[in-house]
Amino acid sequence: MPSLGADMDEGTLIEWLVHPGDHVERGDIVAVVETAKSTIEIECFDTGTVGRLLVEPATTVPVGTPLAVIEDGAKAPAAASHQAAARRGAASAQMSAPAASPAPAPSVPVPAGRKPAEVSPILRHLAHELHVDLAAVLGTGPGGRITHADIEHASRTRRTRPRASPLARRVAGELHIDLGRVHGTGKNGVIRAEDVRAAAAPSAPAPSAVPAEDAPPRQPPAPRAAQPDRAAAMRRSIADLMSRSKREIPHYYLAAEIDLDSALNWMRERNRRLEVADRLVPAALMLKAAARALTEVPELNGYWLNDRYVPGAGVHLGVAISLRTGGLIAPALHDADRLPLSELMSALRDLTSRARAGRLRATETADPTMTVTNLGDQGVERVYGVIYPPQVALLGLGKVTERPVAVDGLLGVHPGVTATLAADHRASDGAVGARFLTALDRLLQKPEEL
Amino acid sequence: MTRDEALDLVRDAIRRIVPDADFSAVGLDEPYRDALELDSLDFLTLVETLHKRTGVRIDEDDYPKLTTLAACADFLASHTG
Repeated sequence: MPSLGADMDEGTLIEWLVHPGDHVERGDIVAVVETAKSTIEIECFDTGTVGRLLVEPATTVPVGTPLAVIEDGAKAPAAASHQAAARRGAASAQMSAPAASPAPAPSVPVPAGRKPAEVSPILRHLAHELHVDLAAVLGTGPGGRITHADIEHASRTRRTRPRASPLARRVAGELHIDLGRVHGTGKNGVIRAEDVRAAAAPSAPAPSAVPAEDAPPRQPPAPRAAQPDRAAAMRRSIADLMSRSKREIPHYYLAAEIDLDSALNWMRERNRRLEVADRLVPAALMLKAAARALTEVPELNGYWLNDRYVPGAGVHLGVAISLRTGGLIAPALHDADRLPLSELMSALRDLTSRARAGRLRATETADPTMTVTNLGDQGVERVYGVIYPPQVALLGLGKVTERPVAVDGLLGVHPGVTATLAADHRASDGAVGARFLTALDRLLQKPEEL
Repeated sequence: MTRDEALDLVRDAIRRIVPDADFSAVGLDEPYRDALELDSLDFLTLVETLHKRTGVRIDEDDYPKLTTLAACADFLASHTG
């Protein structure tokens, strides 16, 4: 279960899109996972053949839990998504998998063909102490080797996961029953599906906080199955992340008025020649300019992790998208600085419609390096934003309005926008933020070069 | 296309973008974008849908003529003949 955002600690597997024996390429969409915020398509991080599927649909598991085994011919099995974060560069690895050991890449290559069964006596002893079955542990170390953290993780997972049959887990997922509260009547106290149904029956004393009307209809889990309490879960998830931001991040704020006369004139001329589908909106110009400005001021494009600033690998612009059902989500426009405007525009439309339809991809939710929130369409003039941790800055864009400006010693009327920057004072100082806003302004004066 | 047909078409196109749009709360002469929370990308999708369904070319300079449901219907009705 990959981490699909700084605020995620568990996810529910909704459906598998592959079967054991299928050949998969790195980047293929293999499963659909539901988080508090969205339904997300999970990409495979390995190329190989699907071996075993380790998690049943409708099961909720903590971040870091292996979902499936990808067999890679002669090489040792590696866990799909297991090391998702680790393979995506150091910054996001530390961001998305705080529980796993953030081991730096080994300087000495590990000999190929090392079997996962090679475990040091110390680790064997640890596994024995913690009652962890080494055969069931998937190694995340070099060459699939089992690490200290893997054993501890397996031990924690074992302790926190009540013993239950796969069907019981599925039923519990559908009925929103916490397995920890179900009394198992099976062999060795294993929870059976009947136990879950009994716990869900209205006659049973229900200490569960889940109101009955939240139980979705009993049918194969559809992406919309958990809709009724999605809004509440999203609210909680936003609450947690924003509280953390305001608790930990010393924000500083800067604002600049940006003249959009040349940008919008250029855009209007360009749009005149184009079909509707190819036309730009002002937001696309401003996003592109923001992405380019970040390449000039890399101090704002990254994460604050373990008391230091870690620059992002590429400019992945988070775009705050408000959902019609309430709440918001800020998925990433990958490499926004390098996308030509027309491609950025179609990527933006695609991202927005998928975010609202609840179909984002894992890579889009995991790793924005800075977020832009545009409240101009809501009539707001200035945005004093709250940074998404562990990011270190957030750009707020207000409404594009006609405003009086001095042009060549005369008073004129130009369209303009107020850009505000909220930045983390641990990672940067006001001078850095000022450089960013200045670059943004300068880039927007030459739209044809964007 | 009559004005009524155009009005139905506009409502239908908006409903594709905002599935639970409540048109009883939006007067024909009121700005619907604010009332139904259509952002600039949604509006672009609306223009695209109207163009596809009617064949009427809608330029950016025409956008100010599309601010209310009545205005949209008038615009489409007068351009389809």
